Parts: sequence; C-alpha cells; structure tokens
Amino acid sequence: MTLHLAIEHARVIDPSSGRDAVADVYIAEGRVAAVGSAPPGFRAQRVIDARGLVVAPGLVDLCARLREPGSEGALRGEMRAALAGGVTGVVCPPDTDPPLDEPGLVRMLRQRSREAAGARLYPLGALTAGLAGQSLAEMHTLSEVGCLAFSQPGALPADHNTLLQAMRYARTFDLPIWLHPVDATLVGEGVAAEGPMAARLGLPGIPVAAETVALHTIFELQRSAGARIHICRLSSAQGVELVRAARREGLAVTADVAVPNLMLTDQDIGYYDTNCRLDPPLRSAADRAAIRAGLRDGTIDALCSDHAPVSLDDKLLPFGEARAGASGLETLLPLTLVWAREERIGLAQALAAVTCAPARILGEDTGTLEPGRKADLVIFDPQEGWTVEVESLLSSGHNSPFAGCRLEGRARYTLVGGEVRFER
Amino acid sequence: MEPALRPTDETRDGPAAGLRAGLQLNEAGELHHLLSTEGLPRPLIERILATADGFIAVGTREVKSVPLLRGRSVFNLFFENSTRTRTTFEIAAKRLSADVYNLNIAASSTAKGESLLDTIDNLTAMQADIFVVRHAQGGAPYLIARHLAPHVHVVNAGDGRHAHPTQALLDLYTIRHYKGEFAPLSVAIVGDILNSRVARSDIHALLAMGVRDLRAVGPLTLLPTGLEPLGLRVCTRLQDGIAGADVIIMLRLQNERMRGALLPSAQEYFRNYGLTPQALRHAKPDCIVMHPGPMNRGVEIDSAVADGPHSVILPQVSFGIAVRMAVLSMVASAPRETALERRRAETAAPGAAP
Repeated sequence: MTLHLAIEHARVIDPSSGRDAVADVYIAEGRVAAVGSAPPGFRAQRVIDARGLVVAPGLVDLCARLREPGSEGALRGEMRAALAGGVTGVVCPPDTDPPLDEPGLVRMLRQRSREAAGARLYPLGALTAGLAGQSLAEMHTLSEVGCLAFSQPGALPADHNTLLQAMRYARTFDLPIWLHPVDATLVGEGVAAEGPMAARLGLPGIPVAAETVALHTIFELQRSAGARIHICRLSSAQGVELVRAARREGLAVTADVAVPNLMLTDQDIGYYDTNCRLDPPLRSAADRAAIRAGLRDGTIDALCSDHAPVSLDDKLLPFGEARAGASGLETLLPLTLVWAREERIGLAQALAAVTCAPARILGEDTGTLEPGRKADLVIFDPQEGWTVEVESLLSSGHNSPFAGCRLEGRARYTLVGGEVRFER
Repeated sequence: MEPALRPTDETRDGPAAGLRAGLQLNEAGELHHLLSTEGLPRPLIERILATADGFIAVGTREVKSVPLLRGRSVFNLFFENSTRTRTTFEIAAKRLSADVYNLNIAASSTAKGESLLDTIDNLTAMQADIFVVRHAQGGAPYLIARHLAPHVHVVNAGDGRHAHPTQALLDLYTIRHYKGEFAPLSVAIVGDILNSRVARSDIHALLAMGVRDLRAVGPLTLLPTGLEPLGLRVCTRLQDGIAGADVIIMLRLQNERMRGALLPSAQEYFRNYGLTPQALRHAKPDCIVMHPGPMNRGVEIDSAVADGPHSVILPQVSFGIAVRMAVLSMVASAPRETALERRRAETAAPGAAP
C-alpha cells in the first residue's frame, strides 16, 4: 500500500544534488512529493520521526544473484536481504540456470519479483544463446520484456568475432553490453590472484593479464563497433588505468567494482579462508589503492555488492574446490560508509557510488530524492553498530568475507515506490 | 589509511582452536599439528631434528620399535596416491608401536560423494588420534585441522602445491648430517618450483635455519612470482644456479607438465636443467645432491649423478623414517588440554578452586 508519508527531522542526503541537510521528506503516490516544506494540501497518513537518522535514495546494486531460475523460491529470501540492506534496486545477471536468454524466463522472473514485493528487479539478458558464446541471444525481444542490458558473465566469449558482432547488433538498437573483463585462457586453473600470496599458499594464480588482455580486446572491438559498454568488477590497478584511458579517449564506457575488492586484499585469504574465494580474486594492496582512487575520481562509476549466495557445503572445502562468491546485499551500505570514513569522503559523494551513479548506468530515474521521482529510499542510522553474524543473514548464502566484522550503519526503513517494505 | 576491518588469523583462528596463528603450535609453543614449515621457529625445528637423532638407532636394532605411541591410532589418509610417503609414515608409526590404518580415500568414500569433513568425522568417531593427510588441494589439512576436536592431530603429508613439511624436515636432517652448520651453506633448489610443495617447504625450513644463500633454479615457466622478497636468488641457468653450491636439491618433474605450455619436451629440459656430472663440476667439490623421489632418470637427473658419490638420495629415505617418528611422537605428546581450555573450564565453573 502506498500512502502519504512524511519523514520528519531527517538528515537528508541526496547524492544527485549534493544536498546534505536536516529536512522533512514528503511522499505521495509512490513518488517524492517534496523535500523541505510540505506541498499544499499534503496530509500525512503516516509520519516517521527520523531524528538522528539519514534519509537517502535506496541503494541500486549493479550485481546481485537471486539464484532464480535455478533454485526456485530463492528470490524471495534474497529480496528480503536486499531490503534489509537498504537496497531498492538489484541488477540480476543472466547466469541463472537456465540462463536468461528467452523472453519467457525473463517474464517469469519479473512476475516472481513482483510477487515477492522486494527491491526493484533489473534483469540483464544473456548476450549469447545459452551464454555459450557462439550465437547471439534475441536481444531486441529480450529488451521488450524488460532487459536493460546484455551480459556475458564470467569471461569474454572465446570467439572474438561473436563479441564484435554482438556489439554491432546491440548498437543497432542502442542496447548496452555489460562485460566481465576476464580472459578465460589466462585464468586457467587459477583460484587466487597471481602474486606472493598465491605462490606462498601454492594456489594456482590468476594473472593481472587475464583482466588487461580482456580490456584491450573489449576496447579494440568497441572502437570498431561502437556500442555502449559497462565493465563489471575491475580488480587490478592496471585494469583501472585502462578504463581511465578509454574514458579519456571518449569511448562510451562505464565501470563498477565489487565491495570486497575495495576493502580487502589477497592477504585476507590467511590460511585458506574460503570466504575470500571470490571472483574476481582479491589482489594486492596496490591494486586496492588504485581501485579506491578510481572510484573516488569517477573512473569507476559504481560500487556493487557482487552478491552471490553460496551454500555452506560449497564453502567447507579446500580453497581450490570451494565455490567463488559471498553474500553482499546486507553489507553494501555499511561498507560504503567504511570506505567513506577511511578515505575521508563526504557521505553524499560516497553514497553516489551506490545510488545515483548506478541508476544513471541503468538509465533509471531512481537514485535521487528529486521531487517527482520514484520514492525508492532508505532511512538508516549511520552510527548503529552491528556485527556481521553470518548465521543471521537473511540471504540463503551464510558466508561473507566480512563475517565477524564490526560495522556501523544499518537500514531502519526501506521504501520502494513509496511503500515501506522493510522496517526494524 | 590502512583498512583493518577483518579479524586477523590470530584472533579468528587462534583462540577458537586454542592454537596460535598458523594453526600448528599450542599456546606453549609445542607442535600440535604439523601443517607447514612456514612459521616453525628454529628452536622447535632443532628439537625435531634432535628427537629424530634418538630414533635413528631404533632402525638399526634387531627390535625396531619403541612403545611411545602404544594404543594410539594413526590414520594414513591419502586422498592422492603415494606409495612411498605413505609407506614411510606407516613404518614410522609402527616403529612407535601405534595402530596404523591406511585409507586410500581416492578409491572409496569421496568417490561416493562423501565430503572431506564427513570422512574426517567418521574416522574421528573411530577414535583416531593422528591423521596423516595427503590431498591434491593446497590447504586441505588446514580445513581438517580447524574442524577437529582439540585432542586429534594432523600431520600434513603433502597438500597440493602448498607444503610437504616432513620432507623438508628430513631434508634439513640430511643437510645437517653431512654439512653441520646451515648459515654458511649455499643451497640450490632446481626444477619445477612453481608446482612443488617440497620446494615451498624447503624454502621456509632453510630460511628458518639461517641459510643466507638460497637459489631457485629453473625456466621462468616453472618459477613462481614472489621468490625474491623471501630472500631467494632466482637463476634461470643451471650452471649459475649451482655455482659454488654446497647442497643441490633436485625436484621431480611431473610428466603432466610436459603436456601443457610449460615445457616443450623432456629432452630439452634435460639439456638445460638435467643434473649431469659435467654440470655438477660448477658446484663445490664436496657438494651433496638430494632428491625427494621418485626420480625421473634422464629428465631432471643423470643416473651417473643419482648413483654417484655426491648423491645422498637413499640416506634421505632412511632419515625420513626417523624424522617422521619424531614428528608423530611430538604431536602426540603435545598436551591435550591447552591453557586456553583450562581458562575456559575455570570461567565456566564458578566456585571451582582458583
């Protein structure tokens, strides 16, 4: 039920305008009606006293796996996790089982998402049929049922001609392509970043070249084909530099990074902690510093959770056999705040990386508190301390590289389309 | 600012397991598990070697056993095939009078889909005291060690490319036997260092013992990154690598390396890195040549060297039994109750005697 809602005395942070001041927010008809003074004739049916709390646009997560289709019933739990994390929009990559390469599957997924009444769902369509990397998926048809962009998760198609033609075809309909800059042949058997840590642990390494060779390939094909490209999950300093150069050159490129790569390094693997078995792998402190600099200066647009629920059985294994991935939806907001604090970045600028910047990449009118826009927002206590207890995560993935960490900042209310869908 | 969000291994694993970081020493600094030579303090290594000294004589007696582990159960848990290492562990445990059970897991439970930790739980229920573990995945013994009850011990008999600590300890024993002091020695490790758990364990062990001139020799496809920061000199030519060496440790070249893009052929490898009598002339005249076995004659080592006067390859095998006896007896005698558990027991029982 959407209603007329007043959020009073809140610290309103709107990254899209840079606003950071105490004010009231008025919501009507699922949209932001006004910030400051009530619109004429506004009568609140519910008032939330948000003294000491922050009101900000809801988080837009550019990568969260909901495991549907594949593990039926999973979506509802992951959507609860999203709302509890203050996330009001999730991009679901097409590496589901089966992959999102048919309009029927996308329609079904959207239907289930509507029934779950969680965050807004933004499905990505498969770039190639079955994600096999050989023939093109029906991109235009998929776009008509709601796919905002097309992706080939994991690694670039081995056949570069397929990628070139996919870019040309996508450009025909002005559809963006999202690519993971990974050259599978250079990853090989690798399970951790190539370097002293992997050498010490005897783990097969993934060289930086797996990322940079893929980026060179992407940009070279893009120069020929056009197409708008979004680079998913950078992991290396050299990768950040290549994206910086591509943007300077004027290529239509955006990029994101996953929270673990912003916060951690391969040293965190310690003695084979499978919570740190991640894709892309954690790299060196120098890589992390470059990623932080890139996110700060706008070379990297957005920060995402890279949420991937993994069962405990798939983690209680030797490092090399453990499945990559971690839960991230519920820790995206507090870790964004950690980054802001450590790098001395204002909250408005930091939150931009998880709100208006990702919304802009999607071409969505969310991620802002501008009057008239969809009222997707989060009300959180930036000081509320909590410890990440994996057993208590709402996601079906009860593992996180941040398990046991003491964090600050937690959603109290999460609103989607003006409706309070979560509160604690 | 350096982010320090996550708990360190010290705080995460240490107290939880009653063990220090590295998961192998108890609070008194005694060997609870043997997982890696990395982080073993020199005095502890010296104690292991001294304990092995005492067991050398046992093997030469008519009655080749001592009753130190009588009534204890040692499970040889080999998830990867190995006849030689398994046999030497079996002999070592039997000479200590332990009950030894050999499990070739590759052929049994995991093939039926049982998980590694389920297997461990089942065997622990059969009152295992020590697990001797070999696994194709680096880190598997850490997973097991974290999972075990505090009175059960793990000895790593080789995990993936990571570590083979008893091999490194027997290498130290052999070097000490022939050369005495470690500090003045020049030691060259030759071959497939990238994929070798023996090389990794030897490197940590030799550095801990104070070896200052340690070289890694091989083609760049078989050398991992990150060796120089550890204090090694990387040599790509055999004659530079073994020039003036007191000790040469040859590594086995696995046949499967030939199939990938790492090496063109066994013949070309032998021409460049095979240890021949001619190549050996670059080393010190009294140098010793070691090999963890099994050897590929004509691939990494010429028969004339393997069987020649510099070779100490067979004594390594004999010393290996004494060193493994030392390790098994030491982990088994590490106190079952750690200081931490005692503290916990005290705090859990208010009113108990202070």
